This record gives sequence, structure tokens and C-alpha cells, in this order.
Amino acid sequence: MLKVENLQVYYDAIHAIKGVSLEVSQGEIVTLIGANGAGKTTILRTISGLEKAREGKIEYLGRDIASQQAHDIVKIGISQVPEGRRVFTNMSVTENLELGAYLSKDRKAKADSLKRVFEHFPRLYERRTQIAGTLSGGEQQMLAMGRALMSKPKLMMLDEPSMGLAPILVRQIFSIIKEIHKEGTTILLIEQNANMALSIADRGYVLETGKIVMQGSVQELLASEEIKNAYLGGEAAHS
Amino acid sequence: MAKRFSALLQFALVLALGYAIQMAMDAGMINRYYAHVMTVMAIFVVGAVSLNLINGICGQFSLGHAGFMAVGAYTAAIITKNPDLILPAIFTGNVRFILATLLGGMTAAFVGFLVGLPSLRLRGDYLAIVTLGFGEIIRILLLNWDFVGGASGYFGLVRHTNFFAAFLLSIITITIIRNFIQSSHGRACVSIREDEIAAETMGVPTTRYKVIAFVIASFFAGTAGSMMAHLTQMVTPASFTFILSIELLLMVVLGGLGSITGSIGAAIFLTYAAEALRAFRAYRMILYSLLLILIMLFRPKGLLGTQELSYGLLKESFKSLRTRWQRKKNDDITAAAE
Ligand SMILES: Nc1ncnc2c1ncn2[C@@H]1O[C@H](COP(=O)(O)OP(=O)(O)OP(=O)(O)O)[C@@H](O)[C@H]1O
Ligand SMILES: [Mg+2]
Repeated sequence: MLKVENLQVYYDAIHAIKGVSLEVSQGEIVTLIGANGAGKTTILRTISGLEKAREGKIEYLGRDIASQQAHDIVKIGISQVPEGRRVFTNMSVTENLELGAYLSKDRKAKADSLKRVFEHFPRLYERRTQIAGTLSGGEQQMLAMGRALMSKPKLMMLDEPSMGLAPILVRQIFSIIKEIHKEGTTILLIEQNANMALSIADRGYVLETGKIVMQGSVQELLASEEIKNAYLGGEAAHS
Repeated sequence: MAKRFSALLQFALVLALGYAIQMAMDAGMINRYYAHVMTVMAIFVVGAVSLNLINGICGQFSLGHAGFMAVGAYTAAIITKNPDLILPAIFTGNVRFILATLLGGMTAAFVGFLVGLPSLRLRGDYLAIVTLGFGEIIRILLLNWDFVGGASGYFGLVRHTNFFAAFLLSIITITIIRNFIQSSHGRACVSIREDEIAAETMGVPTTRYKVIAFVIASFFAGTAGSMMAHLTQMVTPASFTFILSIELLLMVVLGGLGSITGSIGAAIFLTYAAEALRAFRAYRMILYSLLLILIMLFRPKGLLGTQELSYGLLKESFKSLRTRWQRKKNDDITAAAE
């Protein structure tokens, strides 16, 4: 479905992504894990058209999308839940969600999407008239996810949905990601919380300073000593 | 249907009110000085409401509104003063003036497109810098253009503008901009103000919307310029300096970024204040700067914030005032009892 090949991204002189290749097949949950500054967000922003790659290919459903603009990428079915949520703070929950379906001109389809989002997130329904800026962090995360769902994406990319959330909320968010996946949305999940990410993913990539250092099925990654030490260390010791 | 009818009725009633005021002016019931001030107010409403579309609704920072007014004013003035230039000579009198005003607006819109397209693609404060420079460039070009009188200005225009014309223009401006804001396009513009990157990832073509809003605003600025020129019967480069842009900005900020009713109120109030304080005209830049700083410190969202002044809002503030008063009375009673 999505195929990234030899991606090179620079911020002026900073070489942030140094030849990353990765692939996501239809129906998968693929996770990309890595420490702070590894370049996870940069990869996601490049796929969604917010940054331009200096080199490399990004193919989606057989089409080269590397040169497309961000607002056109959504049209072809890729949506994202950005790092730090980025909800529209002065708008209500419903207004935020409606903007998620900005591209759909069909009112009935929009209403259906809204209903589906409220089924996944009953909490958002309770707070539908509340101003987004006054929601709690967890609720804002739900809103960002709901908003990304409104465009009925084929591929949904999430950037650290667990950031800053209490463990119980993280579990809740992850079980919703699984629900969304079951309904037929392919998922690319960026996480620092490797434990949680590997618990729901099919495959994973490990990114270190702009390079993929390891990749494989979840079983393979979980079995690797390096991964255990570097990413599951503290938490693995608990369990 | 019923909704459209009531909107139409409302529109007709407002126009009738404007016309009645004009008749009262013609009959001498309102003295000429006040008639003039009220006309200027209506023109400033056009300027402020259109600037609010850029600065308030889309969250972009333009400092060049006076420049677009100048473009509209000079274009229209050239057309009305030269009976066979640009428009054929069969158009005369008020018809020529109306067409000249439209063309003035369209020229300003076109210039707005040329200025906006390159600077609105970039995020950040480029627009402020570019529009600031643009305003100055226009002024200097006009200063050196002998055909329109250079520094001494372009004189001898017919006084086509009366209160009703300016009032009508302001109502048209308000209606069109309000409809734009309330449409899905308006929502898209607000999302750009809130978070441009998030808007882009929702599929909102942010650059296109910013340019559209900028062009619409420039159009109305141009028509306001024409109105002003044909009210004062002359145009000089000095009528459209940076100070005018700041005055308009102050109206938008004072009324509340994004609030149309706020801009209207602030335009009326500040025009009145500027007239009342004519003696202190030399100090107005100091006054405006102070006012801007004070608003930013104490009321950063402006007097109305992004809210619109409506019957509902009035009712609510009245209710909250009453409960506060009631509470105070109760407190007084308990205090007295103790
Ligand atoms: N706009 C930018 N300008 C310059 N450098 C940037 C910019 N954005 C990111 N970088 C640099 O690129 C590298 C990768 O950053 P990125 O945000 O992709 O990391 P990340 O893996 O998402 O980290 P985190 O887990 O902390 O979110 C970092 O070294 C960062 O400093
Ligand atoms: Mg990141």
C-alpha cells in the first residue's frame, strides 16, 4: 500500500533522514519506534507532504506521491494524527470533527462519519459542544484521532498517541486503534512506548538517528536482545 | 425560503433606514458637518470589516490596507475625471462613478493578488513586511506620477459620494463578508488562523484560501478608496499613508480579531474619536500606539473577542450582570444583618 524507498530528508544542513526504506501493506498495523530525535516525526511529515524529501521515493497504491502537496495527500486516503494533537483550540469538538471531513461535500456521508466517530469516542459525544482548548490532554488526543477518522482514510498515521497520557488512558487509546484497524483502516503507528506499540502491531521498524537499524515481525523484535535493552529495558523488567 | 425572505426583508429595512437618514441630511435636518462625519464612518466600516477578513478571520497580518485604498481611489478618480479614458464616454454621472468604483475595487483586487500570492505562500510575518513595503511603494509611485498630480494630488473630482452611497457600500461589504465567513470557506479560513499545519493536513488548501480572502479584502478596500476620493473631491498620496493602515488595524484589533460587529463598532467609534480630537491630530500616532499596547495588555482579544454582538449575547450579558447585582445585593443584606 505504502512504500518508502531510500528517503533522504534535510533541514537545511541537518541530515535528518538518511536513506530510510519502509513498507506498509494493506490491512497491517506497522509501528515505527525510536528514541527522541530519531526522525520519526520527520518521516511522517514527509509522507504527508509537509516536508519535502531531497531524495527517495514515496509510493502509495502504486502512485508516486513524493511531490504532492499536503492537502492533496488527504484526498487520496492518508490522514494523520499529528504529534502534539494540534486540535483547533477555539472551535468546538463538533466543529473540529467537521473540519476533518472538509474534503467531503456529501452531507450524509459527513453525518455518517460523525456518528462513527462518536461511537468510537462516546466521551467526545458528551463534550461535543465544548471548546477543544478546554478538553483534557486525553480528550484532545481522542479528538485528534476522531478528526483524522472523519475523512474515512485508508491509511491512518499516528504520531505518538500515548504521549503524556496516564497508562489507563494509553490502553484505552490503543484498544480504539485496534477497533479502527478492525474496521479496515491500515495503521502506521509511531511510538516511543515500544511495549504498547509492539503489543498491537504486526510488524515494526526501529529508527536510530535517521536510519532503520532493525525491522521484522513483532515476535522477532521482541526476541531481540538489543531491542529489549534499548527500548523495552525498564518496562520489560517490571513484567 | 422563509429564512431567505426574512433576510431580504431585513436588508430592505436597513436600506430604507439609510435612505431616510440621507433624506434627513438633504432636508438639512442633520447638519453638513455631521453628515460628512457619518459618511466617513461608513467608509471606514468598509475598510475595517474587509481588513478583519485578513487579520481576524484568516489570522494573517496585513499592514498595507491603505495601499489598496489608494489603488482603488486613483483608478476610480482617473476614470471619473477623464470622460473618455478606460470607460467609454457614454457612461456619465453616477453610473460612471459606480462603474469606476467597481473597477477601482477590481484593480485593487488584482494588485492584491500579485502582492498576496508570493507572500501568502510563506508562513510567518512575511505578509506584514511585504504589505508594509507595498503601501510605501504605491505612495512613492503616486508621488512621482505627474498625470495624477504627483505630490500635490489629483483635484477637482465631482462629489459623487453621499451618505447613502457609502452606507450602501458598507452594507454590501458586511453582507458579502459575513456570508463568506459563515460558509464552509469561512470555517476553512478560521482553521488556518487556529493552526495552519493542521488545516493543511485536513485537506484545506491553505494558500488558496489566504489568497482568496486577501483578494476579496483588497477589492473592498479599493471601493472604499473610491468612495473616499469622491467624498473629499481629491486624492493625494498623503491621504493613504501608513498611518491610515494603522488606523484600520486599530479598528480591527479594538473591535476584536474576527468579530465583524466589533469592527463596525470600532470603526464608528474611532472615526468619531478622531474627529473629536482633531486638535491633537499631530499626536495621533502616539495615541494609536498607546491604544494598541493597552488593548494588547488588557484585552488581547479586543472588546468583543471573536464573538459577534447579537441579541443572544446581549441577553446573556444582561443576565450575568443581573445575577452579579443580585449576589451583591444579597451579600449586602447578609453583611447588614451581621
Ligand atoms: N523544523 C526543523 N528544523 C531543523 N531541524 C529539525 C526540524 N524538525 C526536526 N529537526 C531535527 O530533525 C531530527 C529528527 O526530528 P524528529 O522530530 O523527526 O524526531 P522524532 O523521532 O519525532 O523525535 P521525538 O520522539 O522527540 O518526537 C532532530 O535532530 C531534530 O532536531
Ligand atoms: Mg516526534
